[in-house]
Amino acid sequence: MMTFQEIKKSFLAAIWFMFLTFPIMVIKVNTIEKTIEWHWWRMAAVGLGAFGLSFLWRYLIRRKEAGKRKAEVGGEDKQTLVQRLLSNPRFYLPGLIATAVMVVAFPFVFSLYQTNIMITALIYVVVGLGLNIVVGLAGLLDLGYVAFYAVGAYSYALLNVHFGVSFWMALPIGAALAFLFGILLGFPVLRLRGDYLAIVTLGFGEIIRLVLENWNEFSFGPSGIANIPKPGLFGIDLNLQQSTTFIYFLMIALALMTIFVVRRLQDSRIGRAWIALREDEVACQAMGIDKTRTKLSAFALGATWAGMGGVVFAAKTTFINPTSFTIWESIIILCVVVLGGMGSIVGVIIGAMILILLPEYLRAFSEYRMLIFGVILVLMMVFRPGGIISDVRRTYKFEGLGNKTENKSQ
Amino acid sequence: MDYFLELFLGGLTRGSIYALIALGYTMVYGIIELINFAHGEIYMIGAFTGLIVISVLTLLGWNTVAIIIIAALVAMVYSAAYGYTIEKIAYKPLRGSQRLSALISAIGMSLFLQNYVLLAQTSNFLPFPNLIPEFGIVKPIEHIVRSTEIVIYIAAALVMVGLTVLIKFTRMGKAMRAVAQDRDMAMLVGVDVNRVISFTFVIGSSIAALGGVLVASHIGQVNYYVGFIAGIKAFVAAVLGGIGSMPGAVLGSLVLGWTESFFTGYISSDYEDVFAFVFLVLILIFRPAGILGRSQTDKV
Amino acid sequence: MKPVLSVSQLTMDFGGLRAIDHIDLEVRAGEIVALIGPNGAGKTTFFNCITGIYTPTGGDMLLAAPGEGGPVRLNGLKPNKVTENGMARTFQNIRLFPNMTVLENVMIGRHCRLHSGIPGAIFRPPANRREEKQIVEDSYRMLEKIGLTGYVNEFAKNLPYGAQRRLEIARALATEPFILLLDEPAAGMNAQETKELDELIVRIREQEKVSILLIEHDMKLVMSLSDRIYVVDYGKRIAEGAPEAIKNDPAVIKAYLGEDIDA
Repeated sequence: MMTFQEIKKSFLAAIWFMFLTFPIMVIKVNTIEKTIEWHWWRMAAVGLGAFGLSFLWRYLIRRKEAGKRKAEVGGEDKQTLVQRLLSNPRFYLPGLIATAVMVVAFPFVFSLYQTNIMITALIYVVVGLGLNIVVGLAGLLDLGYVAFYAVGAYSYALLNVHFGVSFWMALPIGAALAFLFGILLGFPVLRLRGDYLAIVTLGFGEIIRLVLENWNEFSFGPSGIANIPKPGLFGIDLNLQQSTTFIYFLMIALALMTIFVVRRLQDSRIGRAWIALREDEVACQAMGIDKTRTKLSAFALGATWAGMGGVVFAAKTTFINPTSFTIWESIIILCVVVLGGMGSIVGVIIGAMILILLPEYLRAFSEYRMLIFGVILVLMMVFRPGGIISDVRRTYKFEGLGNKTENKSQ
Repeated sequence: MDYFLELFLGGLTRGSIYALIALGYTMVYGIIELINFAHGEIYMIGAFTGLIVISVLTLLGWNTVAIIIIAALVAMVYSAAYGYTIEKIAYKPLRGSQRLSALISAIGMSLFLQNYVLLAQTSNFLPFPNLIPEFGIVKPIEHIVRSTEIVIYIAAALVMVGLTVLIKFTRMGKAMRAVAQDRDMAMLVGVDVNRVISFTFVIGSSIAALGGVLVASHIGQVNYYVGFIAGIKAFVAAVLGGIGSMPGAVLGSLVLGWTESFFTGYISSDYEDVFAFVFLVLILIFRPAGILGRSQTDKV
Repeated sequence: MKPVLSVSQLTMDFGGLRAIDHIDLEVRAGEIVALIGPNGAGKTTFFNCITGIYTPTGGDMLLAAPGEGGPVRLNGLKPNKVTENGMARTFQNIRLFPNMTVLENVMIGRHCRLHSGIPGAIFRPPANRREEKQIVEDSYRMLEKIGLTGYVNEFAKNLPYGAQRRLEIARALATEPFILLLDEPAAGMNAQETKELDELIVRIREQEKVSILLIEHDMKLVMSLSDRIYVVDYGKRIAEGAPEAIKNDPAVIKAYLGEDIDA
């Protein structure tokens, strides 16, 4: 309802934001020519935007609160449209076939450029699923995730430069090294409480990046490593088009393998322990679960996937330097997980596709990419902490077990 | 000896600057147990606002002392307003939900504010004029300490005294301590918790802005990214001293400032930034409660 | 009867505050023992000490499985080790895993009795499949015993309060303890629910062959259930004995009525 009160509130919000953004948005200082540019139109835009958005904001907050009340009186959890579609076999199977056809046809239908973007998106799917183990399942906020990505990329690049190790050898080595690093780093820090863990992992991530930047003899410093070979296929010479297609299918295979593994882990003894740990650490320990070991397994396993992603990244770009491994890379991966839905595999895939493909195709929008990522993180947490696709737990049926064969569905 | 003194005073400057930022971190953490990642950005926005005010007033031909005072005040007001708004948008709706959510929201806010300033202003470093006049009395020791640094020491000291008075002796201070102890209980005895939290953000943010303006005029430049590293380091300082404790934040800042200064002065400056992180990791592993913090047992 | 749990001279200091002051306590096989006392007397702290959540300042804690070898010293063990050794607990302020289903909550309880690791989870060899199937069946049986099968696939957070308390008991029992610690199991329950709980606890003792140590404020429940009662006040043990004796103990009456004589 657009009552007078509502309009007044929005009006005040508009005035407030115009005031708030006034110096930064309106006044632009040119310190070289010692002049000042005034962008008054920006103020008008902020005012109008704030006026409109404040209606939306209040509406969403009200809806969220109403939802919370409903959940308290025991209303059933709503399923999103996508979830319903996914659980309906009539859509599920044709959907799966259509996706498979599209996936196979993609590099032959679209240009090299587009295939390359798709490879990037797939790398994010893989590392996103890896981070999902750590953040989504085990509830450990790892802001230094990119460090393991760097471990993977640098182990391929350096092993190749010094010993001529091939991509196929480097892939397991990179994964293993990342796993090892995960254990080494995880061991001391995993005793810490959630928010400290976040900041310490952030610290570790930055330490690794700064070491790569400064230790020239080891890592070739800021200039990085160039001419990293692309993956080979039984020694056959591939042209650029072919090798890109090859990397594409390699990434599809890697993504499928990741999905398979994460799915199996989710519904296993270990996976349940991760989730329990996320839900309540004290209770989890009191139920006989070794906290440190469980955390460490999630942390190291997540790192392994980052390591594999890193090896492919190095092979795909053929050039790496420390600037690819900043904290913001970790945050983009986190954003993929958060947007898609923490703990949900389909969610992470969708999240990666949206976040990596959209800015590539909407060029005008790419300048605002990081700004929008920031907004997404905040809005998702405020309005949909479960992500686009929230995690659904497996339900079990009990036919022929005891005398009660109940299958409760509400 | 002069070199040692120079490093000592340089460390004191760093420490005072970290303290101005760390106080905000520690106050917010004490009250809502959230690492306010966007705090470093508040500091950066303070510096930018200060720069903008200074530029406008310089063109208008005002007196330099008046300019620096007005710039600092305006920056403080604006940063306070930003802090207040950020709390209302990104943290308040998340009260009562998982801590992980609030932390992610804070990271998002930090990312947003950096890019907001980047897009609205520039990605380049902007020169920041040093308007603090060279005092006559510091002339003889000019090669060791500049008057800007002396202003930073004085400002940091005044802020600390002011905060102590505020927390110890005012009604609001009492309410803040009550909320930090037990939010639900404070609410039951009639403390307006929302107001206390807003007030904490306002105070913490304006102190950071003061720091921002002083640091910018000391270093002589700002860009959109200065808040991030400064914020992380200040956070390290707060944790070092014992998060939630204000004397701890100051002590931690000074320890970090001096260590950094002597380390880079005597050993190597390559790994200047690594140092803070290594420090952080070591403290959190061996003494997570910090120097002055008390180790707390989680309620079961 | 030999004791399954014997605690001697347990002491716990928080800073300058002595929360538990040289308490002795013993639970024998098959017994139901209650630990009572006014609010803040240190009862939950006592639980936290013996289950490894807090590290006590002094004293000894021994746990001995009935009929088996020597006792295990609990001092310095982590909570998960304590549970592994056969002592499980519930919490005063319910601590379920809210976003897991009721069945999964119980399945977590089975965790420490099983072994399949990451390779097993990924490759699912037959042994692993069998184990997984066994977890599900055992957990379902446990729900049957506690009477929660109607909720099996619900999220734990959507359960009514009384059912949540019972689920905590089911989850603890799933770890196969020989002694079960219940921290205010009847808190927040109405008369009917409390009566059902009373029956449930007696039944658990018979069927699962566990000893039970419980903290409870509902005196009617305590008196009807317990074989023996320990009373603590200000961290000190002030009385021990059968329910009838405790009811008439002047020290206990004083503690509960709050007559300030020597405090």
